[in-house]
Amino acid sequence: MKEYDIVIIGGGPAGLAAAVSAKKNGIKNILILERDKELGGILNQCIHNGFGLHTFKEELTGPEYAEKFIQQVKEGKIEYKRNTMVTDISPKKVVTAMNHEEGLFEIQAKAVVLAMGCRERARGALNIPGYRPAGIFSAGTAQRFVNMEGYLPGREVVILGSGDIGLIMARRMTFEGAKVKVVAELMPYSGGLKRNIVQCLDDYGIPLKLRHTVVDIKGKKRLEGVVLAEVDERGKPISGTEEFYSCDTLLLSVGLIPENELSMAMGVEINPVTMGPEVNEILETSMEGVFACGNVLHVHDLVDFVSQEAATAGKNAALYVKMGNTRKRKGKKILLNAKEGIRYTVPGAIHVENMDENLMVRFRVDNVYKNCYINMYLNDERVMHKKCLVLTPGEMEEIKLIKEDLLSYPNLKTITLKIEEA
Amino acid sequence: MEERNFICICCPMGCSLTVVMKGEEVVEVAGNTCKRGDIYARNEVINPMRMVTSTVKVIGGRENVVSVKTKEDIPKGKIFECVRALKDVKVNAPVYMGDTIMKNVANTGVDIVATKNVECKEA
Repeated sequence: MKEYDIVIIGGGPAGLAAAVSAKKNGIKNILILERDKELGGILNQCIHNGFGLHTFKEELTGPEYAEKFIQQVKEGKIEYKRNTMVTDISPKKVVTAMNHEEGLFEIQAKAVVLAMGCRERARGALNIPGYRPAGIFSAGTAQRFVNMEGYLPGREVVILGSGDIGLIMARRMTFEGAKVKVVAELMPYSGGLKRNIVQCLDDYGIPLKLRHTVVDIKGKKRLEGVVLAEVDERGKPISGTEEFYSCDTLLLSVGLIPENELSMAMGVEINPVTMGPEVNEILETSMEGVFACGNVLHVHDLVDFVSQEAATAGKNAALYVKMGNTRKRKGKKILLNAKEGIRYTVPGAIHVENMDENLMVRFRVDNVYKNCYINMYLNDERVMHKKCLVLTPGEMEEIKLIKEDLLSYPNLKTITLKIEEA
Repeated sequence: MEERNFICICCPMGCSLTVVMKGEEVVEVAGNTCKRGDIYARNEVINPMRMVTSTVKVIGGRENVVSVKTKEDIPKGKIFECVRALKDVKVNAPVYMGDTIMKNVANTGVDIVATKNVECKEA
């Protein structure tokens, strides 16, 4: 069986950045496994601009951002296999994969980096009544058709859900000559970034209907229209508010789910809120030597943060290979509690002695909060009280933990984050 | 006096901005909670600019289309002229990132460049 120091599952933004970082940290024997025909992952179909403002201080398109990392992978002579599907990872880190050239094969890894990304929530998860005609796509599928395959999925479009991909596709379909009639969002706030609402909807006069959902789908062979209705506080459609929109295409942009079948089969513990692996201060999962980063860990809004996170995972995988069990999880485990208003934190628990000098903790809030405070408590003492003009579920937040502060705190047991409204 | 409304995109706050115009001149910006909102609103009424990204067809390539962008931002009012100009453009593979696909799109003085590599189809 062939052996590698680090095997990275997935050649998207997370996998690429993890590989580059592992290489920089002294590991030569790295393999990236990618199931698609090219490296770059979802960035290949994200042809719009706005990537890399944090990392490269310039505004790049998705393919350009990916290419910067692909170049580094090539320059570093990091091995990769494309068109290669991983079917299993054993608890002993034997990776089973297959492709056309080699058939089914096994690889022994010393460390594994999980970077499989996420997939879109589909119609089946929404319980929309009505027929199942052609013309209903997830927004990302439509994006791939238009931007990579060169097909336009339809001419008259309604979009359900205001996630970023749906907003981006509203503009993209408009450019290709389609008429985007409306974007309906169940929640009272958008799930996407504000700048996408302005640049993708407002610029083109596309209405966004908050607190609205699709209650019926018309058409048998091809979609002929959808019925939208307003919803009440509990998300139930309000009778009498139904309105028919004729359309041949319905795009769903209703959320992303980390793709963790491989992780779960391997025995990695999954956080029920993020649907991604539970990780510690070095982004190591519940299994020793198995790391996770990017959208497989928790869904991000900005690829820049994926790259940063993946670089951390790659570095720690490299350190694990070099130091093995000598770098055990030192000291006791401190839990990070996500309380009032905070849905989750990544990581969810840390070993302070094992931390780098600083640690970025990323989290999302559960609602829109204006003029509020993010508070951090060490045990019962409030140590941070940071004013925020606005927090929304669509934008990931972060705070920095400082090792020295935590080490010097007497008898630290828990770190708690919560929102307090002013 | 004319009033125009925007949502500021400088930060997640998303302030509702109102710009009071007298002819071509900005008289007042209201609704912003910081300096950046003021600057955004003034640019947005006088000369809003956007980068345009799209795709054009490729002949003989491994992919059917290649992604492209305006090399710099163009005036917002020129966006549709720009995408219409790209509608029937076909380029021969191979195409490389940064290749000029069209010069001076829609008389903006800005070129269209490829943002991806598309190699030739293998024989």
